[in-house]
Amino acid sequence: MTAQPLCLSIGALSATLPNGDRVLRSVSLDVAAGEVHALVGESGAGKSMIGKALLGVLPPGVRQVEGSITLEGTRLETLAPAARRRLIGARTALIPQDPLTALNPSRRIGPQMTDRLTHILGWPAASARARIREMLAEVHIREPDRVIAAYPHELSGGMRQRVLIAAAFAAEPRLIVADEPTTALDVTVQKQILRLIADLQRRHGTAILFVTHDLGVVAKISQSVSVLYAGMVVERAPAPELFATPRHAYTKALMAATPRYTHPASSLQPVNSAVLAELALEVRAADTEWKRAHG
Amino acid sequence: MADRLFTVEGLKVSLPDMARKPLLGPAPMLDILHGLDFTLERNCITGIVGESGSGKSTLGRALVRLLEPSAGSVVFDGHDIAHLPEPALKPLRRDLQMIFQDPMSSLNPRRTIGAIIAAPMRHHGLADRIDERVAAALTRVGLPENFAARYRHQLSGGQRQRVGIARALALEPKFVLADEIVSGLDVSTQAQILTLLDQLASEMGLTIAFISHDLSVIRRLCRNTIVMRAGRIVEAGPTDALFAAPRETYTRELIAAIPLPEIDDDWLTR
Repeated sequence: MTAQPLCLSIGALSATLPNGDRVLRSVSLDVAAGEVHALVGESGAGKSMIGKALLGVLPPGVRQVEGSITLEGTRLETLAPAARRRLIGARTALIPQDPLTALNPSRRIGPQMTDRLTHILGWPAASARARIREMLAEVHIREPDRVIAAYPHELSGGMRQRVLIAAAFAAEPRLIVADEPTTALDVTVQKQILRLIADLQRRHGTAILFVTHDLGVVAKISQSVSVLYAGMVVERAPAPELFATPRHAYTKALMAATPRYTHPASSLQPVNSAVLAELALEVRAADTEWKRAHG
Repeated sequence: MADRLFTVEGLKVSLPDMARKPLLGPAPMLDILHGLDFTLERNCITGIVGESGSGKSTLGRALVRLLEPSAGSVVFDGHDIAHLPEPALKPLRRDLQMIFQDPMSSLNPRRTIGAIIAAPMRHHGLADRIDERVAAALTRVGLPENFAARYRHQLSGGQRQRVGIARALALEPKFVLADEIVSGLDVSTQAQILTLLDQLASEMGLTIAFISHDLSVIRRLCRNTIVMRAGRIVEAGPTDALFAAPRETYTRELIAAIPLPEIDDDWLTR
């Protein structure tokens, strides 16, 4: 492999529900600095859960019981909670799926964008405001004053997502978790937003953990990919390799199930039961081994 | 000329614009559809595609008369249903069925799947041998007969959508409106549902209007396609021709914006 430094390294990460069932099954993955790493899978695969574990916002009851998360050389588990929050706040950011729920409907856009800079990172208010203005220009918003003074409902879906992207990049994080950031958007807007994320990511040298269910989006935005099923990484590969020669049967099945307008007749084979049976076996084997190791 | 189930001319729909409603008095009317002319061929799945706000769902709702058009004619199987009053419409409703986007919210959580599928049949006077009819409807969509005793929450997303299809097809309607019925599903489930719908359509000779924002899905399933934008039809015709040589810039843009699961380094900058 190249000597590129790792931005994020996750090793054998397991998380459980209160009843002891694992939602993440010994997940390991590396994200190089400045690289987009896609987490792809169907619902319940645990792809969002990985981002949440990293950011320290696992849902109530879900607990990280094993494994390590290393952000730019620092193992998060070794930090006290307050220090961990400070590090996460300074070095990471989130682009959420639904900009309408992520924004407070009763506050203007401007203050919502500066909050993180002033309250968490301790910037002076004036420089935070200047930075936000700069970032709005970077995401091609032509009338920054109107947007800063607007309430979320006054902006279109695409505009709201631009605002959140601008806010995410504002403090120059090293790593951004983008959780299905284009799923709620129309295709033409999706393309603009993907282009924008790719541009900013390259210009700022930011690594992105890009969560999506859409293999098409994966192909266009990411350099490396982890395919997830039932909280397990079933295949991990550089993007060109994954699409040229998918190795795992589940990856192949997902690709065959994804419709393509260019191949109308051959597309859309449902994932067959042999693949699902094989996956169930893999899950069981992983769980048996884990239980043996943990009494 | 192909046999037509629907012939629509000059279809306009206006709805009250609640965002501009004065405190007192009625809301001003907002034009959603600006005079559409099109036909739907019998025994054919026609795709209706467009981005949000293009009016595709409003168009669908006018076809099954959940909305009354403000102008134009909607001729269904020889009857102009555009302004038919409800009593005259009732016998036709049996032939105008709908499958909804979100099976979670379109299935009553407090009734069994059997009761849900039986409801439209009872409503249209088919209460005899109802258990048999429900069993047949379930079998048709590939679900076991004993699912009749289950509730919504005991089913997976794909199974729920199968129930939605079973309910719509129980009356063997002439026309089915399918409004974004796979957009909430995972790709593997989506593939199953589309395959099922395709197979049922050819077996039962169904005429379906398939509303979707996903051109790849439309390409796979629909013989004809109507492209909509801002309440107008941009382009309509056989799906093969529309994809092979789109006439309108907007159609080309829509197709070009679909991210295919293939590596293409220039796509983002094109």
